[in-house]
Amino acid sequence: MPSMNMIQALNSALDVMLERDPDVLIFGEDVGYFGGVFRVTDKLQQKHGLHRCFDAPISEGGIVSTAIGMGAEGLRPVVEIQFADYILPAYDQLVSEAARLRYRSGGDFTAPITVRSPYGGGIYGGQTHSQSPEAIFAHITGLKTVIPATPYDAKGLLISAIECNDPVIFLEPKRIYNGPFDGHHDRPLKSWKEHPQADVPEGHYIVPLGKSRVVREGSDVTVLAYGTMVYVAEAAISETSIDAELIDLRSIVPLDIDAIVTSVKKTGRCVIVHEASKFGGFGGELTALIEERCFYYLEAPTQRVAGWDTPYPHAFEWDYFPKPSRIVDALEKAIRV
Amino acid sequence: MPSIKSRQNTGLHIPDPICRPGDEPDFSGLIIPEAGSVPRPNFDAEEQTLRSLPYGLIRTLDDKGEAKGDWQPNASLESLIIALKTMLLNRAFDAAMFAAQRQGKTSFFMKTSGEEALGAVPSLALRKDDMCFPTYRMVGWLLARGYPIIDLINQIYNNAEDPLKGRQLPILYSAREYGFYSLSGNVGSRIGHGVGWAMAKAYRGLDSLAMAVIGEGTTAEGDYHEALTFASVYKAPVILCVTNNQWAISTFSGIAGAEETTFAAQALGYGIPGLRVDGNDTLAVWSVLEWAAKRARAGLGATLIEFFTYRAEGHSTSDDPTKYRPKDEPTIWPLGDPVNRLKQYLTNQSAWDEKRHQEAISQAKLKVKKAAKAAEDIGILGTSKSDIEEMFKHVFEEPDWRIKEQVKEVGI
Repeated sequence: MPSMNMIQALNSALDVMLERDPDVLIFGEDVGYFGGVFRVTDKLQQKHGLHRCFDAPISEGGIVSTAIGMGAEGLRPVVEIQFADYILPAYDQLVSEAARLRYRSGGDFTAPITVRSPYGGGIYGGQTHSQSPEAIFAHITGLKTVIPATPYDAKGLLISAIECNDPVIFLEPKRIYNGPFDGHHDRPLKSWKEHPQADVPEGHYIVPLGKSRVVREGSDVTVLAYGTMVYVAEAAISETSIDAELIDLRSIVPLDIDAIVTSVKKTGRCVIVHEASKFGGFGGELTALIEERCFYYLEAPTQRVAGWDTPYPHAFEWDYFPKPSRIVDALEKAIRV
Repeated sequence: MPSIKSRQNTGLHIPDPICRPGDEPDFSGLIIPEAGSVPRPNFDAEEQTLRSLPYGLIRTLDDKGEAKGDWQPNASLESLIIALKTMLLNRAFDAAMFAAQRQGKTSFFMKTSGEEALGAVPSLALRKDDMCFPTYRMVGWLLARGYPIIDLINQIYNNAEDPLKGRQLPILYSAREYGFYSLSGNVGSRIGHGVGWAMAKAYRGLDSLAMAVIGEGTTAEGDYHEALTFASVYKAPVILCVTNNQWAISTFSGIAGAEETTFAAQALGYGIPGLRVDGNDTLAVWSVLEWAAKRARAGLGATLIEFFTYRAEGHSTSDDPTKYRPKDEPTIWPLGDPVNRLKQYLTNQSAWDEKRHQEAISQAKLKVKKAAKAAEDIGILGTSKSDIEEMFKHVFEEPDWRIKEQVKEVGI
């Protein structure tokens, strides 16, 4: 099997779907001839034609609105929002239109669209290229929100998203596009080469939406993470003697509640890690679900490790970004009781 | 508290209509060209040659009900009679449903008054495989295509037979098979869907099109300008329409920019043709739609049409227009009433007469009455609704565990 980084895996998913389904088309800012600022759509226009993968005006609202109209007609548009930080002009379209079209029309019209967007920090992108807005989508019923953490998952989940008849927000953790990142920014970069999760089949396969992945089995404490934080949590666990069970959620809507409950009931403790700021973040929802479902199994209060409740700061990148030592502290707190 | 007048000594311009309640209504500033005075260019004319059109006003029917000039639709007298009957039906429907709201049978309703031509005519002028992205004053589109009146009322009453299962505010219909896209209370947010739909048709190599309509007040939304940009960039086969009825709830069109230019003239900045048409003139409306449709189907892209009209009654059942405009303004609106003008034309053509007109009104009332009775027998808002399961369906294609658990929690 070929080894692919996450960009190549995503490109392969799009390539496979363009090949398989004439209703699939791609558009977004800089995605056409140039292939996208992160190269995810590289050479797709050259291979599949101008009308299958083309540039859009700088208008996130217009991009999503147009995609919804195409989706209602029966196409399966896959659009790119260049950075998740830029998705807010499209928020009304996603919330008031894409998420509700099926419901309000009694199934008359649907929006089978995929909105891809690089997200998250760790790349010195400052406030406008680093944010993690997943919670604002998770809160909107009718939208699915997917966040892959490996090249294999990125391809399989993206194919699932494109084939899904509901609108899907597909957030790509750009810090791990080129290699897993363990949160130690002062250590040498790692690449996906040799990583087992970088073995990506060339053809069509899916990773179903709503099924989490156990990264590491353990018995002391459950760690819930997604995106880049999967690797930061993994590094933190390896720096302790704590036998933690690490779960990569893969998608937060649909959420693999059974896997979470099973694991937390087994360990009795839980640490939740995300890059997004803490207050009102998705970790709060996970905490509440765990309390509702696992209260009598819990040995300790659930710990949340998250970005601070500040805008994303440029010079303070590594003070803001949840680092392994903060997760180590949370793990120790969780097992101390 | 300082009076409004005392604050007028300022350099800041705040548009304000010339007439308010208590004033004599005044349309003397309105420039109304003679019917037939605007020549009709070839449908495939270069955009550069069309740039005076947005500042004119395309009119076909004159004050005597004669059709003038070359904006004449390719519509038979029979189809114009259907348009007239549809408008009468629309009027009967509005009257009955407005009364039903006042009687407490539903929570909310919006009338079409004065804009009846703008629902019926596009429905008849465009094809069955075209899709309309309507405003909430376009029920005439559905009526013209024979959509069951009872289903409209079932939706308005949100009763057990409501096709939208009680999920939508009254009149926010959806009817894919009738070429009528799902309405929403967020004005303007579907105009770009019309462009996307049209692009999809072009992508497939089909010659069907989309018509997307918003009100003049909503042209201030970003959605409108995004839609124009995409329509222009990709030459989408879409007819973008602004219904300029001059009032957005209580806000006059000057607040949306009408003091400085016409809405049709916004097309100039996007390099697409802009047509400004008398929206109460059935023949002119029909003819401009034919022109724009022919252009779109030929792959020549989008047209922006401003339907110049007047909202003859309140915004909705929750509105009282006498609070912000002269009470008798609607009656002196110089472009008249679309029903009367079409009636006059058809009568002049010996295709219609007063007797037939009165019969058509009676038939329309009877049709609505029968449908309303049948709908009421099923139930009205509060006495009948869809099964509670329907509250949880269609959130996703397949419900996830949250929905399944909540269905159980409700005890279904």
